[in-house]
Amino acid sequence: MTSTQESPHDITAPPHPLLPTPAPVQLIDPAGAAVGPAPDRETLLRLYRAMVIGRRFDTQITALTRQGRLAVYPSSRGQEACQIGAALALRAQDWLFPTYRDSVAVLTRGVDPLQVLVSFRGDWHCGYDPYEHRVAPQCTPLATNTLHAVGLAHAARLRREDTVALVLLGDGATSEGDTHEALNFAAVWKAPVVFLVQNNGYAISVPLAKQSAAPSLAHKGIGYGIPSHLIDGNDVAAVHTTVSEAVQHAAAGHGPVLIEALTYRVEAHTNADDATRYRQDEEVAFWLERDPLRRLELFLNRDGQEPPTEFAAEAEALAAAVRAGTNADTAPDPAGLFGHVYAEPTAALHQQQADLLDEIARDEEARA
Amino acid sequence: MSITSLPATATPVSLAAALNQALADSLAEDERVVVLGEDVGTLGGVFRITDGLAARFGEERVWDTPLAESGIVGTAIGMAMNGLRPVVEMQFDAFAYPAFEQITSHLAKMRNRTGGRVELPVVVRIPYGGGIGGVEHHCDSSEVYYTHTAGLRVVTCSTPSDGYRLLRQAIASPDPVIFLEPKRRYWSKETATLSLEGPALHQAQVVRPGRDVTVITYGGTVATALEAAALGTEEGYDLEVIDLRSLNPFDDETVTASVRRTGRAVVVHEAAGFCGYGAEVAARLSEQCFHHLAAPVLRVTGFDIPYPPPKLEAHHLPSAERILDAVSRLQWEDEDV
Ligand SMILES: Cc1ncc(C[n+]2csc(CCOP(=O)(O)OP(=O)(O)O)c2C)c(N)n1
Ligand SMILES: [Mg+2]
Repeated sequence: MTSTQESPHDITAPPHPLLPTPAPVQLIDPAGAAVGPAPDRETLLRLYRAMVIGRRFDTQITALTRQGRLAVYPSSRGQEACQIGAALALRAQDWLFPTYRDSVAVLTRGVDPLQVLVSFRGDWHCGYDPYEHRVAPQCTPLATNTLHAVGLAHAARLRREDTVALVLLGDGATSEGDTHEALNFAAVWKAPVVFLVQNNGYAISVPLAKQSAAPSLAHKGIGYGIPSHLIDGNDVAAVHTTVSEAVQHAAAGHGPVLIEALTYRVEAHTNADDATRYRQDEEVAFWLERDPLRRLELFLNRDGQEPPTEFAAEAEALAAAVRAGTNADTAPDPAGLFGHVYAEPTAALHQQQADLLDEIARDEEARA
Repeated sequence: MSITSLPATATPVSLAAALNQALADSLAEDERVVVLGEDVGTLGGVFRITDGLAARFGEERVWDTPLAESGIVGTAIGMAMNGLRPVVEMQFDAFAYPAFEQITSHLAKMRNRTGGRVELPVVVRIPYGGGIGGVEHHCDSSEVYYTHTAGLRVVTCSTPSDGYRLLRQAIASPDPVIFLEPKRRYWSKETATLSLEGPALHQAQVVRPGRDVTVITYGGTVATALEAAALGTEEGYDLEVIDLRSLNPFDDETVTASVRRTGRAVVVHEAAGFCGYGAEVAARLSEQCFHHLAAPVLRVTGFDIPYPPPKLEAHHLPSAERILDAVSRLQWEDEDV
């Protein structure tokens, strides 16, 4: 990492080129002071705009979920620096493999906000076309998306395409077997993949200490021969710089990179979770002090330069559109249950669809 | 069509050689096809089904993966998302279980999840079943784990000519296919011309016409059923044998047409009977052919036990005698003929 020498924080060099630095890489400290080479102002404003919008999107969905308008929502709040710093480090030809946690990354990649909400609203499993913005469906079975990213990236390499796959996963997901198979396959194949672990401290209720005895999750890379970085995940400059460099590294044919970003999940695991059962309010308060959006604002403000205000209006307009879209009742078509199980519905599925539609018609007649 | 080394005239060919030819022809014809798995490269697979393919097509088309089944299927999914048509080999039936999550949660569901936008034309080849003196974990008949999962096609083969055509059809299919190869039939030969001509991927086939009883089976036990049919003539039974070939989707048309004619049915498979594939077949027949049935549908299956060790496997596997015994129990005494 570029920051290791310049940083006034004591980031000593790693003991081995594949290992992370002992202290997390940081370019902007929690007080908003530069401690390493930050991206240029244009990049920072791009990141800032996405963070203002991403934060508003997330808080709006959480509010709608509390009102019972959505089936479930795993909030991105507190992790916006990771999700936005990473999503904006991708080039148009790259792919993003997000999890359920990463709605803000998906939004930032350009997916329509209401299409992101389709799954959380319970209308369908995935509401967007993965090929449109090169965003895989948000993945629920933990760590399974890591292998999809490796396969897609390897296929790109076989086809001589310049495409990198970025896969997002949580600290808990690093314990799953698929993570390890994916790291190993990616390293052996030199697949252009960037693994970004958002270590938010918990897998639902289980703290990291019960998840792993490794010195850091980034240390898992060396066993597979993968260069790894430990970074401050609430510092969007560090995330964006590190992921951008990792994308370049992978695109240049040097193989995968593993990044662990230290962050915190401010909301409960989902709206269905009660976080007070396993964590203290003081801990949440500690992390709210380290809010990633505020940190960037402080940095942008540092010489009395006001950050632009027009992003807030843009974010409000998006929130209003999300409210309107969510409050509009949707009625997914029951016939859609059968149409895409196979390329051509089987005879049995045709029959089952006809039976269901007939049942619905009879119900409606009876009610009329 | 393409460069194939298919002999124009019928010659004796084993199922293993026919499957190898199917892979070679698919690789030659479609550059999107890739073959990957454990030992499939230099060695040609532990059953030699991929013999010579890496040498002929190169390591970018046919290659040895690290040893991890979830990794093999999971990365194949990503490759299929990016335009390839991967054919992966699971070394043995029971060693496909580590890939179960990728198969059931993603391979089967991706098309449906994305409203048809992402299709995954992946073939998972699995040498399955017993009868080769294999030890534990090498002889499972795991078909219903897959047939129960919507979104997967599940196909078996029983002869070299079928194996060739079905594997090529599976590779060309836009749907993911679990392709079950009965390993005890790998070396049995048939004098045949390998060709794409023949029934479609989803179709069952009457492999021996008969008047008295329909024996419905697939994979390794098709030959057993044909043996029973040959012996049955001596006992005065004329058995019709159906090779289902496609276990999902199920070809109701072919099967019910036969059973309506014969009025009696026996389902044969070597997997355990409880919640086995035969239960589905029997249920469908009672739903669709009830008034044509002269007797309850009987099942001849493996016992409800873990697959036995080699010295005991003969007790477990359905035999021609057991099939004929079931045939004799189909309430012939009630018949007023
Ligand atoms: C294979 C699998 N096991 C269990 C679950 C249930 N589950 C959903 S999220 C979660 C915790 C994941 O924690 P982490 O990977 O740290 O991600 P985070 O939710 O903190 O972003 C669990 C156990 C699942 N989705 N998939
Ligand atoms: Mg976590």
